[in-house]
Amino acid sequence: MQPAAAVPVIEFRDVSYRVAGTQVLSGLNLQVQSGETLVLLGRSGSGKTTSLKLVNRLLSPSSGEVRVQGVPNREADVIRLRRGMGYVIQDMGLFPHFTVERNIGLVPRLEGWPDERVRGRVQDLLQMVGLAPDMASRFPHQLSGGQRQRVGVARALAADPEILLMDEPFGALDPLTRDELQREFLSLQQRLNKTVLMVTHDLREALQLGSRIALMEAGRLVAVLPPREFLRSTDALASAYVRACGDGLESAVNRGAS
Amino acid sequence: MSVFRFITQNQGQVLELTLEHLRLVGLSTLFAILAGVPLGILIAHRPRLNKPVLASANIIQTIPSLALFGFLLPVPWLGARADRLAILALTLYALLPIIRNTYTGIRGVDPAVVEAGRGMGLTETQLLFQVELPLSVSVILSGVRVAIVISVGLATIAAAIGAGGLGEFIFRGLAMVDDSVILAGAIPAAVLALAADFGVGWLERRLQPR
Repeated sequence: MQPAAAVPVIEFRDVSYRVAGTQVLSGLNLQVQSGETLVLLGRSGSGKTTSLKLVNRLLSPSSGEVRVQGVPNREADVIRLRRGMGYVIQDMGLFPHFTVERNIGLVPRLEGWPDERVRGRVQDLLQMVGLAPDMASRFPHQLSGGQRQRVGVARALAADPEILLMDEPFGALDPLTRDELQREFLSLQQRLNKTVLMVTHDLREALQLGSRIALMEAGRLVAVLPPREFLRSTDALASAYVRACGDGLESAVNRGAS
Repeated sequence: MSVFRFITQNQGQVLELTLEHLRLVGLSTLFAILAGVPLGILIAHRPRLNKPVLASANIIQTIPSLALFGFLLPVPWLGARADRLAILALTLYALLPIIRNTYTGIRGVDPAVVEAGRGMGLTETQLLFQVELPLSVSVILSGVRVAIVISVGLATIAAAIGAGGLGEFIFRGLAMVDDSVILAGAIPAAVLALAADFGVGWLERRLQPR
């Protein structure tokens, strides 16, 4: 059942998060629409990772609510909620004692898919993220950083969730591999049309991958802008970002957006 | 040497006492694992309980073994049979290394891996059995290994309260002032300890996560 187009897939309603007396997030209002890639951009401590974790309930808001498909996520069964979202983190968190095949196939297996179907799905996903079929039997420590990150993405896509949460997914990679993976992510996203909420501190990445960029600072949302407008923005913080990154950003802008 | 003559002449008894010894150590280690691993898991997830649990296990460890056997003697059901009492005492001693290593092992699992698992929708039970325990099994086993080696030595003292085991030879030898009888108990005990150390060490390496 598809929700009506007007209902945002993810919606933050006046969400605040406090921990041990520190205000990590204050009054966040934000909507992520179906099929878009919304990038949370900001420096460390701006509250972007916290926002992401509020969506899959790794954290719970101090006030306000997060709605997923129009339903407050605290009312949803937490396990169902999480299995309905792919989750990719910077260090990938691949299970070191599982082969690539078991890593990717974990959620489908937990969902009770028959072995045959899981194996087929794993092979499809390996191909989708550009890995050779024989990678399935490798262990994570036998892979390069880029390969591990591909496995991380494949694992998040395994049960075909509508939503992808990505926390600095390409952060730990060398520049060449990162660029390659970012390109592949773009073309993958054009085919799959997932609703993606991505965290990064890298403006170039935000411009390249985002349909919209949500700029955060000290727990507050500063602005939400499509990449092109972000570059022209007169907002002090946004222009500070643009200046810090130097020239040539125009060429990075996500062609799919704007 | 006279000790080997003694052992060959008393083969039957050496074997019997070795088996008794193994039974004391085996059962107490089993009980210590059954109690210690869940306790270690508990304190790894509930940091508040960490100090009291580890402190209690530590205190038990400091009670001299002969005194502990003595304290437990008047307990009704336990005191009725010396081997029950010995098994309980050995279990208590084995707890500390097992609890501590389980705790250390689980705390040592990469938080990113645990969080990824939780974020993917693993239940806490699935997280424990599919991620945390497999990744800490070799640390837990090295605790078990320490516990067994300690137990094999301690179990010789259990003979003082009539629980049997290789300590019988040691105490008899002491009373007779006969080194070869003492060694008839001490050597097989040392061999048992080494064998257990080697065996569990092998298992530990086999189960080591990559």
